[in-house]
Amino acid sequence: MRLSLLMLSAFVLVAPVRAQDDDLLKLLGEEETGPVYTNAAFKTTRVINGHSLENTAHGVLDFKIGHRFGPANGGAREAYGLDGATVRLGLDYGVTDRLMIGIGRSSYQKTIDGFVKYKFLRQCDEGCGTPVTLALVGASSFTALQADQVPWFAPGREDFFTHRLSYAWTLIVGRKLSESISLQLNPGLVHRNLVELASDENDVYHISGAGRVKLSKRVAFNAEYFHVLRDAQPDFRNSLSVGFDIETGGHVFQLHFTNSAGMFERAYITETTGDWARSFDDPAQGGGFQFGFNISRVFTVHEPKKKAI
Amino acid sequence: MNDLKTLALALALLPLASQAQERYMTRNGHIAFFSATPMENIEANNHKVTSVWDATSGAMQFAVLIKAFEFEKALMQEHFNENYMESNSFPKAEFKGKLTGVTADQLKKAGNHEVTVTGDLTIHGVTKPATAKGKVTVDASGAISAASDFVVKPEDHGIKIPGMVRKNIAEEITVKVRLNYEKM
Repeated sequence: MRLSLLMLSAFVLVAPVRAQDDDLLKLLGEEETGPVYTNAAFKTTRVINGHSLENTAHGVLDFKIGHRFGPANGGAREAYGLDGATVRLGLDYGVTDRLMIGIGRSSYQKTIDGFVKYKFLRQCDEGCGTPVTLALVGASSFTALQADQVPWFAPGREDFFTHRLSYAWTLIVGRKLSESISLQLNPGLVHRNLVELASDENDVYHISGAGRVKLSKRVAFNAEYFHVLRDAQPDFRNSLSVGFDIETGGHVFQLHFTNSAGMFERAYITETTGDWARSFDDPAQGGGFQFGFNISRVFTVHEPKKKAI
Repeated sequence: MNDLKTLALALALLPLASQAQERYMTRNGHIAFFSATPMENIEANNHKVTSVWDATSGAMQFAVLIKAFEFEKALMQEHFNENYMESNSFPKAEFKGKLTGVTADQLKKAGNHEVTVTGDLTIHGVTKPATAKGKVTVDASGAISAASDFVVKPEDHGIKIPGMVRKNIAEEITVKVRLNYEKM
């Protein structure tokens, strides 16, 4: 009797040893990970003309070639716009993962522009609860046209340097909703130091938005719209663009249709003359939309990440 | 009666002795991989590898956070996560298997041991049996480290590489594992 009791107690004691945990990693418990930021909400730092919620990464230089053809309603004689061209060449650089700076030169009114873009909040997948990315872009432009070619030229009017400047503030609030869909609101203000008509305003506010839908791993559909809040200007329209991003390793090709010829804030927000409603009308009435493309090529000029052991 | 008590105590302690397992772990293991082609060389490093090794049973496990791989170029890292590993859907690579070639007793003194690890490797949500040769080293201070180099084919784990970049990414990726284990 005593022996069997002893055996039983021994057996009971041995039993837990057999019930070994199969998953050794569970022994370590939950892992503490730092914040994991959502990436690739857009393929590049521009949706089409406007800024997306993405920045170039720290140490990365992005060479941007923007090209807009002439109005597509120019007909066969104008090769449906292919004869015309406005160009912007730009360089963007990621000073940190949050701070990006850039400069550009546009053929549109021979303009030089520069900007600073800072991400205040970054959407997180893990490790923090930030639901959106919040960024602010401050931009400025200067037209280098000859004095008698600026839009506000009048004989006898003095040509001040400050007349040629404009400023733009854009606030970007956006979220990558799913693997394929990203949306952002990008309201802002464009200030022109001098405008052509007394009826036009120096400060132009706009409420704008953009989005993308990924069609495959390397192709996305983008759209953006800038709704300008000002008294109706007979010559100017709101900018609407649709296009595709095609990513091929180090390049992103953006092919699109837009009614804006310029590629910096003052031009596409306040001076868009193309009218989608005139897309198939006589070109003498004015331009409709035009075909265009952006090419982005990135170079890693500084490598902030730690090297292998 | 006294003898019997001693026996009972001995029996009671016996299971405890067998429970004293030699388990080792790390949270900051290093895994690097290399893709070498005439077009370009790609290298990525992950210093946050988690592993547990039970030297008594030989059981060994790894968990590797895909987003923790760091590349020389930020864009490569984005494409690695977004286009190839789909790390939002498959955030971790895992290995679960057995290490043979060294016993818990041998780890008590300095030496090098040639070992073999066999088990199931899960990358990109696809599990394949895998075997790798490696080395377990116990240095003079008793610190235990493990190293292994092996080859993984992206194709085996359902990672599609489009024709356009086929020449830039090797068909066989060399993986290097370097771990410094701590006693649990």
